[in-house]
Amino acid sequence: MGQRTPLYDTHVRMGAKIVDFGGWDMPLHYGSQVDEHHRVRQDAGMFDVSHMNVVDLRGPDVRPFLRLLMANNVDRLKSPGRAMYTCMLNARGGVIDDLIVYFMGEQWFRLVMNAATRDKDLAWLDATARQMQGVSVQPRPDLGIIAVQGPNAREKVYHALGEGLRESTGKLKPFHAVSIGELFVATTGYTGEDGFELILPGKSAPFAWQGLTEAGVAPIGLGARDTLRLEAGMNLYGHDMDETTTPLESGLAWTVGWEPADRNFVGRDVLERQRAGGVPRRLVGLVLEDKGVLRDHQKAICGTAGEGEITSGSFSPTLGKSIALARVPAEVSDGSRCEVEVRGKRLVARVVKFPFVRNGKSCLD
Amino acid sequence: MSVAPKDLKYTKSHEWVRTMPDGSVVVGITDHAQQLLGDLVFIELPKAGAEYAAGKECAVIESVKAASDVYVPVSGRVIEANEGLGDAPETVNKDAYGDGWLFRMQPANPEELKSLLDADTYGKFVASEDH
Repeated sequence: MGQRTPLYDTHVRMGAKIVDFGGWDMPLHYGSQVDEHHRVRQDAGMFDVSHMNVVDLRGPDVRPFLRLLMANNVDRLKSPGRAMYTCMLNARGGVIDDLIVYFMGEQWFRLVMNAATRDKDLAWLDATARQMQGVSVQPRPDLGIIAVQGPNAREKVYHALGEGLRESTGKLKPFHAVSIGELFVATTGYTGEDGFELILPGKSAPFAWQGLTEAGVAPIGLGARDTLRLEAGMNLYGHDMDETTTPLESGLAWTVGWEPADRNFVGRDVLERQRAGGVPRRLVGLVLEDKGVLRDHQKAICGTAGEGEITSGSFSPTLGKSIALARVPAEVSDGSRCEVEVRGKRLVARVVKFPFVRNGKSCLD
Repeated sequence: MSVAPKDLKYTKSHEWVRTMPDGSVVVGITDHAQQLLGDLVFIELPKAGAEYAAGKECAVIESVKAASDVYVPVSGRVIEANEGLGDAPETVNKDAYGDGWLFRMQPANPEELKSLLDADTYGKFVASEDH
């Protein structure tokens, strides 16, 4: 038996197929992964992501702490309620984890990190915090997270949790958050759709889930979460990047806060050398033109440029064809074609920019 | 709980076999198999005329999460494949024992059919695999 979120019993009661996910017993689907995928693109669905690691950083020195530890520049967060996606790097420029930083006040920043990397993340944060005064690292296993995503997500959240929320959250743009009593509402997500991520006391999570169910929000498993994020061109830690790859090799150069040049974040020197000398590999999107399904670790043969590897491959329910993220030699250009070795055959795929899908619509030419 | 019709024969690799009046056999995957695989998105079927020995891989079924081989239950020659699945692989999820059939073949040695599992034995095998 793995670890269980406060919603485990609810998932079982709703007919979920439960699988192990990084030591957690989590719902894979509640019947049909593809139906759940479409539900999020067309209406509203909710995910239990309470296994993710919420960490509150408190104290007067949190900002300099994050300036040092995060590849993105925390000083871009000027007004409380702003959020930022970033990688946390090791000294070799490799990605320890990717996360979202929420700036709630000069003495309170909230991090939401991956579940499978929890122990090493906390060890890394603690090791640095010990060397600085004025930073307290507070893991919050008492909290649950329900991500409600889809074009109708906001309206259904108001219906379920109260119209009073509309005033405080109705005008929130993407990548913002507001804390209302015990409820933390963020306009972040992992699907490429509008919606909220609700962080709340674990003991309240089943009641919120029940209310959302009654408001017509469908439960969505981790299976659809993966196809939704892949269509949205969002990296998955441990697949598309890890401690052996830098953000520049992982399609995440846009998340590196290069300015100001004198901010010496961990891993910066390696990234600077890569930027100056050229990045050998890059992450691209692939769309399969032949019939079949692309999978993780399949080899991509890119003509004279050399070979690459699929880091995330699956079937796109929205596009009706197989798509993938692949790490390939940097000289491979968008629009070119490569061959992917699929079960002993070579299938033709087109190299594309990602995301593949945003707000329910195809981004492909 | 998945069902296994009494009038069919089964394999431990989760194919079902229906013997037709003309002696040919229709082959598909069981309801239990489609449940394990989840939503199917691509099926590569054998070609008519292809000959296989029992137990050989002859088709590939891909769901959103994984690819799985289909094995020939008995030796013989493929007569036809269910081409309609090319555009509608989800038919196997919806009707594994009916419209979701995969291919029809002529057994080389009808005696081989006797070595297949009956519905009860297959049901027990599935139950033992689950535990």
